[in-house]
Amino acid sequence: MKQLTYSIAFAALCLLLAGAAFAATHGLPITIEHGWVRWLPANLPAAGYATIRNDSDQPVKLTGAESSDYGMAMLHRSMQKNGKDTMAMVGALSIPAHGEVKLAPGGYHLMLMDAKHPIRPGDTVHVSLHFEDGKTLQATWPVRPANASGE
Amino acid sequence: MIVSNLRRFLLPALGAVLLSTALLAACSHAPPPWQLNDVSGHLPDLQFHLTSDTGKPMSAADLRGKYVMMYFGYTHCPDVCPLTLVHLHLVMQQLGTDAAKVRILFVSVDPARDTPQVLHQYVTAFDPRIVGLTGSPQEIAVVAKRYRSAFNIDEKQADGTYTVSHGSIIYIFDRDGHARLLGNSSDIKPEAITHDLKLLIGQDS
Repeated sequence: MKQLTYSIAFAALCLLLAGAAFAATHGLPITIEHGWVRWLPANLPAAGYATIRNDSDQPVKLTGAESSDYGMAMLHRSMQKNGKDTMAMVGALSIPAHGEVKLAPGGYHLMLMDAKHPIRPGDTVHVSLHFEDGKTLQATWPVRPANASGE
Repeated sequence: MIVSNLRRFLLPALGAVLLSTALLAACSHAPPPWQLNDVSGHLPDLQFHLTSDTGKPMSAADLRGKYVMMYFGYTHCPDVCPLTLVHLHLVMQQLGTDAAKVRILFVSVDPARDTPQVLHQYVTAFDPRIVGLTGSPQEIAVVAKRYRSAFNIDEKQADGTYTVSHGSIIYIFDRDGHARLLGNSSDIKPEAITHDLKLLIGQDS
């Protein structure tokens, strides 16, 4: 009887571990690559950029962001409207199935405001990207100089 | 003999005339040499009375003899203004020694936040040859209107922040302050601006 209890416990543990592995590999099939932040002086709002890849069969929605280094992180988009350069908040951004979306200069970007401590080029900052269903991905991005010409 | 002369001299001569006429015709229909939009004679000369990022009054007279690239923007602009200023910084690098003849003007359309001190930190982070300009809302409106550059200060958010929509045009003036070329910040490559500035500088020297 005792033997059986151990067997059940072992089976349960296996299931749990299998479940955890499943969550890690299939729960969030998203990767964040080439992330960076363009530094600006005078504690001005900075912009964060990255490529977000979705390797699943379903589109995934980026719904928000936060950073332990900034008071506020918001998804924004630059665009031209009536001959003017303008910037607007974006509620959610869909990453297509087996596709990617680039947060890149002149388009989608994370607006990072109210730095909690002095941030300089060469530092790294921590960013959390929130996806629908409450899933979150952490990333660490390098801070580059204002005149960095990265894409 | 006459026929032979005709063949030997007249025909080649006629051919040469026809060829040169064709070449002239081709030249008069040659595409303009500029990669940006040529606006010579269509926009007013460089003129403004503003405050520079060093806190001193500045006018177009202070820039006579310099070629000028001008863009309207604001410092609480983390994406498109930096992108444009990086492009203009790259133009300066590509110009090499000619960059000494060129200045970049970054005219703020958000004077409430853009003090000379903030502007100075902002523009020098991109290139030491950028001059930040600010002033009273009226002084700025005069310059924006002169170059038909609409801007709009958007509604304040609950936290007091706001965004500003601003003109997307890069204006290029020659060393006499005449408006010569326009490019759109979103689709003009630094190489195109460098090409045209080199052409402009070459024509004058």
